Amino acid sequence: MKSTPKATPHVTQNEALIFERSHPGRRGYMLPALDVDETPLDELLPAELRRDDDLEGMPELSEVDAVRHFTRISTWNYHIDLGMYPLGSCTMKYNSRLNERVARIPGFANLHPLAPEEDAQGALEVIYELQQHLAEITGLPGVSLQPAAGAHGEMTGIMMIRAFLDARDGVSEGNRPRRKVMLIPDSAHGTNPASANLSGYTVKTVRSTPEGLTDLDALRELCAGGDVAGLMLTNPNTVGIFERNIKEICRIIHDAGGLVYMDGANMNALVGIARPGDMGVDVIHLNLHKTFSTPHGGGGPGSGPCCCTKELEPFLPVPRVVREGELFRFNYDEPRSIGRVKAFYGNFGMHLRALAYILTHGHDGLREATEAAVLNARYIAQGLADTFDKPFDSPPMHEVVFTDKRQSRKGVHTLDIAKRLIDYGFHPMTIYFPLIVQGAMLIEPTESVGRQELQQFIDAMKSIAREALEEPDTVLNAPHTTRIGRLDEAAAARKPVLRWKPAAEASAA
Amino acid sequence: MRYIPNSPDERQEMLKAVGLGSMEELFDSIPQDALLRRPLNTPAALSEIELLARFEALAAQNTAARRPSFLGAGAYSHYAPTIIDHLISRSEFFTAYTPYQPEVSQGTLQAIFEFQTMVCQLTGLEVANASMYDASTSVAEAVLMAERVTRRKRVLVSGALHPEFLHVTETYVKNAGIDLLRADFDQKSGRTVLEGSAALDQTLAAIVVQSPNFFGCVEDLQRLADAAHAVGALLIVAVAESMSFGLLRSPGACGADIVVAEGQSFGVPLSFGGPYVGLFATRDKYARQLPGRLVGVAADREGRRGFVLTLATREQHIRREKATSNICTNEGLIALAATIYLTTMGRRGVQETATHCAQKAAYAARRISELEGYTLPFSAPRFNEFVVRAPVEANGMLRRLAEEHNITGGLALSRYYPERPNDFLVCVTETNRRSEIDALVAGLKEV
Amino acid sequence: MANIPDNLHYSKDHEWIRVEGDTGTVGITDHAQNALGDVVYVELPKVGDRFEAHQSFGTVESVKAVSELFTPVSGEVTEINEALHDEPEKVNTDPYGEAWMIRIRLKDAGEVDGLLNAAEYEDFLSKETE
Repeated sequence: MKSTPKATPHVTQNEALIFERSHPGRRGYMLPALDVDETPLDELLPAELRRDDDLEGMPELSEVDAVRHFTRISTWNYHIDLGMYPLGSCTMKYNSRLNERVARIPGFANLHPLAPEEDAQGALEVIYELQQHLAEITGLPGVSLQPAAGAHGEMTGIMMIRAFLDARDGVSEGNRPRRKVMLIPDSAHGTNPASANLSGYTVKTVRSTPEGLTDLDALRELCAGGDVAGLMLTNPNTVGIFERNIKEICRIIHDAGGLVYMDGANMNALVGIARPGDMGVDVIHLNLHKTFSTPHGGGGPGSGPCCCTKELEPFLPVPRVVREGELFRFNYDEPRSIGRVKAFYGNFGMHLRALAYILTHGHDGLREATEAAVLNARYIAQGLADTFDKPFDSPPMHEVVFTDKRQSRKGVHTLDIAKRLIDYGFHPMTIYFPLIVQGAMLIEPTESVGRQELQQFIDAMKSIAREALEEPDTVLNAPHTTRIGRLDEAAAARKPVLRWKPAAEASAA
Repeated sequence: MRYIPNSPDERQEMLKAVGLGSMEELFDSIPQDALLRRPLNTPAALSEIELLARFEALAAQNTAARRPSFLGAGAYSHYAPTIIDHLISRSEFFTAYTPYQPEVSQGTLQAIFEFQTMVCQLTGLEVANASMYDASTSVAEAVLMAERVTRRKRVLVSGALHPEFLHVTETYVKNAGIDLLRADFDQKSGRTVLEGSAALDQTLAAIVVQSPNFFGCVEDLQRLADAAHAVGALLIVAVAESMSFGLLRSPGACGADIVVAEGQSFGVPLSFGGPYVGLFATRDKYARQLPGRLVGVAADREGRRGFVLTLATREQHIRREKATSNICTNEGLIALAATIYLTTMGRRGVQETATHCAQKAAYAARRISELEGYTLPFSAPRFNEFVVRAPVEANGMLRRLAEEHNITGGLALSRYYPERPNDFLVCVTETNRRSEIDALVAGLKEV
Repeated sequence: MANIPDNLHYSKDHEWIRVEGDTGTVGITDHAQNALGDVVYVELPKVGDRFEAHQSFGTVESVKAVSELFTPVSGEVTEINEALHDEPEKVNTDPYGEAWMIRIRLKDAGEVDGLLNAAEYEDFLSKETE
């Protein structure tokens, strides 16, 4: 090995930053010649209002450079089209090209949000129709598509609860809520407490039972204080188990004068099977980028519609899209609305894709997808039950949680198992979430994985478990097959470098 | 369903393998009385042919999308190089998840690092995050951040801030104990006025101003920054038309402490209002108060450069209710589109485009102001938007212009300012040919 | 096994204090730094801030966790360790020395008697880990 001359990897593996590739005089664009009489620049804008740095540092490149740059770095990403993405609570399902095509139809893509309503009827109908379908799917008739992501939908839902309770109970001095406590299970997503905080609520934690369910006694105890505004519950919860006492949970909260918010992150386990509105939930957000397959885009955009009961409907954000005979229009006249949460009407491009998803599946296809997703998770749960510690006995819905308890005895932890999975060609599962499960590995295959690939995943996990016993170093030092190895995140956080600077400037700093 | 790999037969075999007799048994943990015992009342499945026909028919009803348009006000028609859509349509980018596993996400991470750097270069600030939902929510988050930095609760907001940005901010801060106070704008210049404002004292957290403002007027940011800093407050600058960065002195160079902007101008389709992308930048000393994700440089054991999500302890998945924001999913792919735009157009193209916008707007403004009965009520320097006062009620006039001349002539300000019935906001970009501008002028003369 | 010097007092929040005259020097214990992992940031109060015993006076961060710091006793902050801003890793390498965090003027020297000595803290740790 040592005598082999070292080859220099091709640029595809060494692509520099775009700024480092820049060269003065390269150019990747051409504009038409200016076709109006030119005004002298000083008449247009006085010099003190104009840039004087000539945008120094911005790249100068040809179109070829740009295409190669982004194509090369793209190859360093894992992605759904390459294979299974078993991220629990993220619902990484196939992103249909047809939906992408729909969103790019010029009549939608080129439509200005402030175009007159009568000249944008098709777009308004899309919003209206999607609202109708989401109402049917959740069993909650009031819908707003305005929130831009799940956390944004959560914030909207909790603000609606706050507005409803303020209207019912009044507010305390200094605009403090009369009921100041928002209950959140210890297994919840971090966005839940962060969103509750934005509405002025104090978070109290509801513990889980050893079975992985909400502890009803703890819930009753917390409600006895009389200051509970509501509960934020994920169902199926974040360990993949359906809260079978959901109706009782809702009853306890309602009897205590509060409202129930459901985090819809896990709706992929319920579409066509059961509806939050029928269980007693008052308001829910959906993640169109999870359940309804709009692409995750390496971190967004998302879309987080809010669905609620008739009672809460007047508090939804404005404008609402309504139908009057054959015409659709925006209604701004909702005096009890919490107001706007976003300019314009939400991430409309995602609404188009989600509607296309619902229409291509049809009602039976929607249910079929749910069944296939839960079946896939069940198949993995069974396939790995003998190899990994499974902290909860209950059969999982669309995702299943395991731990590193058996492997950690040899010093191999969840992080190492996750990194080793990369060498087997899979993206890692969700790790160390939920926080209540030590060394958690949360696996959600979704319906978009075939049986052979599920089996390959199970085999890979078993193989890693064997390696953890026999050759732990292989696992501890994984991944071995990627362009770069594990990164020193501690050093990165201690001396953060968050932007590129020209060499001279960087060394002077 | 064609998106489900396993055939019905295979699924039956898998059911058997996990010891179940039917699909229904998969849902045994759901109580009987919580099950939906009927098919969903949504339409039956459409084939690709039917689906495309359906959406094409809907799109055809959006007649505004086919008309020459002079609408701006927070969403802008700019040229988008063809390669943007091709590159963001690569599976590796659009079907990837948030880059929490850096070894298999370096493409996304490096692109975001480049995005953060470009946002710094444009805004003239030192640190930028990985994106927000849009400009409106960024303004709201900037106000919340100013409260964290200064521990003060009063914020002075320019009356020439985009009304929808203001509405969103009001919703966000309503329960945060922050008072939003209003600064007027000068009826002659169209610029924000601080003189005589009782709000300017040591309890003020921030001044929020948009530039170019909602009326298209370029604000004197240096003066506003000095006024804010004199009382220990921050200056938050919102930019709705990011193409203006190519021509106007950067807010950072003028003394702004937080700059937020709508990145839609950089190669992102109008798409009826979203998805867009919020740019968010500040000074180094406030980096730990930033909302949202940040990408930083890291090295592996061999010393190779890579990128990771960093300073994550600010965020909700770690700090929960004490996080700097509840944001999780941001606008990653749109930030990528903007990065590709800024790469392709580059240092020269962004400045050239900005200059074309300003020149064409100046031409349009001059021609319209020469029309009998039409005036330009505001005198401040402008970039590519300006207010026109028509001799008649603007809403009906613009309607006639659309129907009789097939031009969307702008936005009637009565939508937000009922006291300005005859005013409308015109936006001109590099995509508006001279013939379109001349047609607008001719149309205005006739209607 | 965690290093627990004899000459210090300890709180059940895993802070140590060294008392000299009416001033106490405060940091976190070896056990605490070990539990946190690589420390990347320390947020400290301002000189002049006053705290009651067991109040939060700052935070210490690792890559994926934030922990609050609690004063073992009441008092006023007279000095903070600015060096931790640039070298937070010292909390890992020298928790009882270079990584001291704050000095406080004790309000009530008697409060120190309520804290644990080294043997008691060691005992407390072994019970906690059970």
